[in-house]
Amino acid sequence: MKRIYMDHSATTPTDPQVVEAMLPYFTDKFGNASSLHSFGQEAAESLEKSRQQVADLIAAKPGEIVFTSGGTESDNLAIKGIAYQNSKRGKHIITSTIEHPAVLNTCAYLEKAGFEVTYVPVDIDGILDVAELENAIRDDTILITVMHANNEIGTIQPISDISKISKEKGIYFHTDAVQSVGKIPVDVKELGIDLLSISSHKIHGPKGIGALYIKKGTCIQAIAHGGEHEGRLRAGTENIPGIVGFAKATTLAKESLEVDSKRLTELRDLLIKKVLDSIEYSYLNGHPTKRLPNNANLRFSFVEGEAMLLSLDMKGIAVSTASACSSKSLEPSHVLKAIGLRPEDAYGSLRISLGKNNTCEEVDYVVESLIDVVAKLRDMSPLV
Amino acid sequence: MYSEKVMEHFSNPRNVGEIEDADGIGKVGSPSCGDTMDIYIKVKNGVLTDVKFRTFGCAAAIASSSMMTEMAKGKTIEEVLKITRDDVADELGGLPEAKMHCSNLASDAIRAAIKDYLGKSSQEEN
Repeated sequence: MKRIYMDHSATTPTDPQVVEAMLPYFTDKFGNASSLHSFGQEAAESLEKSRQQVADLIAAKPGEIVFTSGGTESDNLAIKGIAYQNSKRGKHIITSTIEHPAVLNTCAYLEKAGFEVTYVPVDIDGILDVAELENAIRDDTILITVMHANNEIGTIQPISDISKISKEKGIYFHTDAVQSVGKIPVDVKELGIDLLSISSHKIHGPKGIGALYIKKGTCIQAIAHGGEHEGRLRAGTENIPGIVGFAKATTLAKESLEVDSKRLTELRDLLIKKVLDSIEYSYLNGHPTKRLPNNANLRFSFVEGEAMLLSLDMKGIAVSTASACSSKSLEPSHVLKAIGLRPEDAYGSLRISLGKNNTCEEVDYVVESLIDVVAKLRDMSPLV
Repeated sequence: MYSEKVMEHFSNPRNVGEIEDADGIGKVGSPSCGDTMDIYIKVKNGVLTDVKFRTFGCAAAIASSSMMTEMAKGKTIEEVLKITRDDVADELGGLPEAKMHCSNLASDAIRAAIKDYLGKSSQEEN
């Protein structure tokens, strides 16, 4: 059976060119970048070259990139590192209700440690209420952390509007850009960001590697302690093969960003239109245009997400659902709840996230399969 | 995550539908909790001669409904009332811990249908 992967927001296949770039760093060029001998210096050179490549993707300076183990660690370093270093100035943090768990649970942890967190709501499209964010600012606010694009519904936040406010008030601004970097243009200077999280495996790089952009002059402290790696902000021997692979992935993403994002937007809109036209009581979650080029989050009345996901999987199609039964928790998605969906509607939502290798033919097959699956499950549903 | 038996019942559920002149109907769960189940029964001389279901829910909920209808069909009311949620889960080759409430829902639904039948038949006697 042919398999179709449309879950690129979860992870992406590593590009063969990335794998090729990484391979020598497992065997021939295995040195520790802290070592003074030629093996070490070879690794150190690759490390700095990679840092430049990653910086180039977001228009940063190489000295502003700290390599981490991925998006989650970057979010933890940004939020805890700023909170602890600036706690004498204040203990108030502002975030949104639709952040990734890496941000929400880090904030919840800090609440237990004596910090206060304000969660700013979003509208029905998932766009943050900037006026409400501005109202939430207090004298003791030290950090605003709002994601660039949402991982479930793909909504893109008004980052420049938020950064203007944070700059005026002298508050640090962090954004989790794990879903947006490599898919839409991200220029940290233009967006006015102080800290930005990136993940490698979302952009056809290897897993277990990511980065945090930290604007020069930002007051931040390490959250893990050890050697003097990464400007003393991230102790531990650098994962050189991962870093080299990540850097290659950023270079490839930069080269093809314009073409890919245009093509994926067309493919996404085709998919959305076909589904909404051919399936009654189906709806799009999130904003129609202010969304990631590759994200379609669709809702089908009277049916449950996991049942749809598994039925599609039997037809060789991989998509995802953040709702109840599919994940380990039985709660409906906090994001779909935050945009005002009733639990039964949240339970009936699917996230289809496209990638550069998906084709129009695959979209057609997915739509046909969805028509079948939804009809079969609705036949079984007492809600119809 | 799921046993082969669960996937088999999920992809080919038995006894889907409604019984128009059902002797008892059990409706449990709520769409806002993520699953809801309707079970219809036909009873003759204390035996469940026909059982059908409609379910909104995950694969475990659908498979549990399907399995329950199979286990209950042809049995007496007394026998059916002895079927526990663990029996349904065991017949399905086990369910993940987080999904045990699905088999619970199936045993609640059949009990509700029997209760509905017993209520109606005692009214008829009066």
